[in-house]
Amino acid sequence: MTRWTMTADLRRCVGCQTCTASCRHANATPPGVQWRRVLDMEFGEYPDVQRAFVPVGCQHCADPPCMTVCPTTATKQRADGIVTIDYDLCIGCSYCAVACPYQARYKVDAAHYAYGEASESEALRHDKARIGVATKCTFCVDRIDAGLAKGLKPGVDPEATPACVNACISLALAFGDGDDPQSNVSQLLAESQHFRMHEELGTAPGFFYLWDKEERT
Amino acid sequence: MSYGPNPWQQTNWDWRAAGNFVCGGAGGGLIVFAALSGAQGLALAVLLLGGMALVGTGLLCVWLELGRPLRALHVFINPRTSWMTREAFAATLLMPVALAAAASLLPGLQWLAAALALAFVYCQSRMLQAAKGIPAWREPLAVPLMVLTGLAEGGGLCLAARAADDSGQLLVTLAGAVVLARAAVWFAYRRRVAMSVAPRALAAIDSAGRVLQFAGSLLPLALLALAASGVLGAAPALVVVAGLLAAATGAWFKYTLVTRAGFNQGFALARLPVRGVRRS
Repeated sequence: MTRWTMTADLRRCVGCQTCTASCRHANATPPGVQWRRVLDMEFGEYPDVQRAFVPVGCQHCADPPCMTVCPTTATKQRADGIVTIDYDLCIGCSYCAVACPYQARYKVDAAHYAYGEASESEALRHDKARIGVATKCTFCVDRIDAGLAKGLKPGVDPEATPACVNACISLALAFGDGDDPQSNVSQLLAESQHFRMHEELGTAPGFFYLWDKEERT
Repeated sequence: MSYGPNPWQQTNWDWRAAGNFVCGGAGGGLIVFAALSGAQGLALAVLLLGGMALVGTGLLCVWLELGRPLRALHVFINPRTSWMTREAFAATLLMPVALAAAASLLPGLQWLAAALALAFVYCQSRMLQAAKGIPAWREPLAVPLMVLTGLAEGGGLCLAARAADDSGQLLVTLAGAVVLARAAVWFAYRRRVAMSVAPRALAAIDSAGRVLQFAGSLLPLALLALAASGVLGAAPALVVVAGLLAAATGAWFKYTLVTRAGFNQGFALARLPVRGVRRS
C-alpha cells in the first residue's frame, strides 16, 4: 500500500513563506485562502525565548473528522491516504471546517481578487466550482496522479511532487510514501524525533513535524 | 508541554447555525412535551404545529448558512457517519408524522411524533459534539446538555401555553424535573470543560451559564413551587413566566455556545525544534 506523507523539519524551516506562495500559484487560491501556511510562533519569556516557523494545512488524517461529519460524502479519503473534496457534491455547510482541528478548510462565498478587478491570470484560472464550497490542501493530488501515470516518483521527481515541497528553499518540507521504508520521508522519520499535531485527538495525521535527531543509545 | 498561538472563535458557523440549534431544540422539545402533556384536540394541534414551526425555522436558518443552498438535498447522502444527515432524516420523518398527529388522523400518533422529535434533538446534540475542532462542543457531556436544554425549552414553552389548564400538574412536574436535570448536567459540563477550553470560551460559558442557572433554573423552579403551593394568587401567570424563562435562557445558552464559546484549540507544538546546542 501507499500512504502519502509529508514531513516538516522545524529545525530547517526559516519562515520564508515560499511554500505558501508556491501553493497559491499552483492552486490558484484567492486572497486570504492559504492551503499551505507557515505560522511564526514565539515561545517563552525574555530572555529565554524561542521562535519556530510551523508549516500547517490539511494534515490528511488517517481518521479525518471532516470526512466523518460530511453529510454529502463530498469529503473522501483515497486508498493512498489523501483526503479530497468533491466540489460538485459539497453544499458548503462548513461542518467539516468546524470539525477540523487544524483550521485547514476555507469557504469563499464570492469571487474576489488581489487588486479588485481580476487580472488576466486570475480570470483565466478562476474556478467557479470552488465558490460556496469547502476547499483545502490536496497534496497537489493532480500532480501526483499525473506524475504516477508517467512513471514518476512523488517526493523524488518534482513534476510529481506537491508544489510547496518543490518550492521549499531549505528542504524543510519532504513528501513521499510513508509505507515504503526506503522512501525519503520514512528515512527522515527513522533518523529524527517527530510528532504529529494534536495527536491526542486520534486523527492520525499524515503530516509529521521533525524536531530533533533520533537519540542513539 | 504544549505551545501555540491563542485559540480563536470559529467563524464558520454564525447565528444561522445557532438558530438551528436554538429553534430546532426548542421545537423538538415542544413536540415531546405536547405528547407528555396529555393535550388533545385543538390544544394538541397548536402545540404540535408550534413545535413544527420552530423546527422548520431552525432548518431554514441552517439552509441560509449553506454556500450552495440549491444542493441542499445532498444533505441526505451520508447517513452512515454524519449526524447532520441523520438530523435531516429525523426532521423529514418528524414533519409529516407531527402534521398527521396535529390533524388527529390516528389516535396516539403524537407519541410517534414525540419519539421522532426526541431523535431529532439527539441528532442535533451529536452533531455539535462531532465537531472535533471545537473543545467546548466535542466534550461528551455536551450531548446530554443539549438534549436537556432542548427539552427544557420545549417544556417551558408547553408550560407557558398550557398554564391555565388544571390538568397540567404532571406537565409542571416533568418540566421542573427536566430543568433540574439541565442545571445538574450544566455543572458537570462546566467542570469538564474548565481545563480544555480557551479562557474566553469559558468566560462565555460561565456568563450564559449564570443566566441559565439563576434565571433559567432557580427562578422558574421557585415560581413553579409558589404556583403549586397556592401561597400567591395568579398561579397561571407564575407558570407562564417560569416556562418562558426556562425556554429563553436555554436558547441564549445555546446561542452563546455556538457563536461565543466556539473557540478552536489553536495550534500546538508538542516539542520545540532543537537547533545547535540542546536546551536542558
